[in-house]
Amino acid sequence: MDLKDKLVNSFLVFENQVDIDSNIHDIRTEAIKNFETKGFPTKKDEDWKYTSLKSVLKHDYSVFPKHENAIEYSDVKKYFLHDIDTYKIVFIDGKYSSHLSQTTHDGIDVCLMSSALTKPKYKIIVDNYFNKIAEKSSVASLNTAFSKEGAYIHIPKNKVVARPIEIIHFSTGNEAALLLQPRNLIVVDENSHVQIIERHQSLTENPVLTNSVTEIFANKRAIVDYYKVQNDNQKASLIDNTFVDQKRESLASVHTFSFGGKLTRNNLNFYQNGEHLDSTMKGITIIGDKQHVDHNTLVHHIEPNCESHQDYKGIFNDNSTGVFNGKVLVEKDAQKTNAFQSNNNILTSDKATINSKPQLEIFADDVKCSHGCTIGQLDESALFYMKQRGIPEKEAKALLMYAFSNNVLSSVKIPELKQRITKLIANKLGVNIGFDL
Amino acid sequence: MLKIKNLHANIDGKSILKGINLEIKAGEVHAIMGPNGAGKSTLASVIAGKEEYEVTEGEIVLENEDIAELAPEERAHKGVFLSFQYPVEIPGVSVTNFIKTAINETRKAKGLEDMPANVMLKMIKEKAALLEIDRKFLSRSLNEGFSGGEKKRNEIFQLAMLEPKLAILDETDSGLDIDALRIVSNGVNKLKSKDNAVVVITHYQRLLDYIVPDFVHVLHDGKIVKTGDASLALELEAKGYDWIKGEVNA
Repeated sequence: MDLKDKLVNSFLVFENQVDIDSNIHDIRTEAIKNFETKGFPTKKDEDWKYTSLKSVLKHDYSVFPKHENAIEYSDVKKYFLHDIDTYKIVFIDGKYSSHLSQTTHDGIDVCLMSSALTKPKYKIIVDNYFNKIAEKSSVASLNTAFSKEGAYIHIPKNKVVARPIEIIHFSTGNEAALLLQPRNLIVVDENSHVQIIERHQSLTENPVLTNSVTEIFANKRAIVDYYKVQNDNQKASLIDNTFVDQKRESLASVHTFSFGGKLTRNNLNFYQNGEHLDSTMKGITIIGDKQHVDHNTLVHHIEPNCESHQDYKGIFNDNSTGVFNGKVLVEKDAQKTNAFQSNNNILTSDKATINSKPQLEIFADDVKCSHGCTIGQLDESALFYMKQRGIPEKEAKALLMYAFSNNVLSSVKIPELKQRITKLIANKLGVNIGFDL
Repeated sequence: MLKIKNLHANIDGKSILKGINLEIKAGEVHAIMGPNGAGKSTLASVIAGKEEYEVTEGEIVLENEDIAELAPEERAHKGVFLSFQYPVEIPGVSVTNFIKTAINETRKAKGLEDMPANVMLKMIKEKAALLEIDRKFLSRSLNEGFSGGEKKRNEIFQLAMLEPKLAILDETDSGLDIDALRIVSNGVNKLKSKDNAVVVITHYQRLLDYIVPDFVHVLHDGKIVKTGDASLALELEAKGYDWIKGEVNA
């Protein structure tokens, strides 16, 4: 039985586990039907032309992990921003770990999706926001059908959340192969600020596939900064589906740092539902071996006087492959739009590949839209210059690559996170030099 | 310190250096002059180890070791410094971080610990003052948007920081106004000692008014065709290169 059939068959069992009278029962049922009709995407789908899920879908994934697994904090401390205070929502093999987490209901809600979906006090928010902007794509529908657990964050108006919130998913390898489908809902009300970091980490070499959906709502004048750290091991794959809805004068940013994993697909959509707002999507991808990272972005400019900024840097080593598919859609009413998109890539090996495809669809006539895409190698004359000053080839290359991606790193607002990412980049480039640029 | 024996070098199969012989002792200043296309910059690049050039014959001996096969960074670690005619812009890497990395990588190659941060800072301050470079300049991206004069001053600043044995200045005077020329030459003169040597590559006499050479060599068609003292440079300035060419062809 292939994975699709297995999932469709599992749905009834799943529905019996959760509350069948739940008001999202209908949403789940519709979603599984949608997934059943569409099936997993293949390379025949235009949006998946360069990314094949075949090798990822061949495993016999457990859909419902049987064991409760514990992890000692000391073993996984390095995956947290442990040098500063943070709120933490931590899952082990898809199950909430109260032991590793630090949630709160003190003026804000930083807690669990499973509570939000079942407890009456969250009903209004869930009714207003849950599954309102998630795409009806096959993978997002699959997640919706099995949506049960994940992070639930609600920041009421006029709150500046001082501590970043970390959402971390660990998988322990207790199952031979594991499918995880976290579902996150983040609602940030008027004038509130929040910073969120998301990470998926597999602790063994057993295959893991994560199909995650996150819905983010930035209401009037809210500021939401979301950081995704993707540095998982070679057997872990991730399909990330993140949807951001913005209202008037809000600022929302998503930074994606893709350094690991077997296959990573980032579907990132921004919907601009208000004037004078600003959307930022940035990413650094540094991969090697046979790794694959695909960024599929959409900015939907619906209202006038808004901005969007996209800046994706990619460094592809060995046999790695990358995809950037960035769509900017400017509606007729979205006059005075400023939309910028840039995708720069370095291929360090003649076996590495990048497919970069900017798509601009503009229906308004008074807009400023630009896009630029470059694919190149490291500058030989710069390398010689650096080597002449005593910097060895490997370090010289690392410094150039770091400098190349520095634009994206410089907009990370949490200093400890920036440091951490800098270290990850140095590790990834195999050098031990401080990049305090 | 440096002995170049019968050096031949090609680029893309084209022969540029056709048998260079040159001996430079510690404490000396040598000027290499010559018309465009004579091979002056090629000689500098070949000594520094630029990979595009192929040494087909001869030796480059630095303190009794043939360095002709070494990587550019290994030559740098042994004390070879080239001040570039066209310093490369490296966006995103600050002057300070670049020089820190260069110094610490050189120390690492010699089995030394990183230079302590306070020592480094003091040295940067001192050498920046010598080249009349202000602090803001040091945090800018290396050579990016620098004026011609700033680029050259930055080269000599790095020279001062790295304290090489052999400094080759490739047309350091080009693009310099008279004030920058004075600052740069002053910097070079202060760094000169009995233990190091300087090779000045230039078209013009004017730099040699400031950095006075012990020897002047004229390079023509890949060979040194004439060697003299500082007065040779004045003679070239007065007569141009044609008389040398005439002498060679005669």
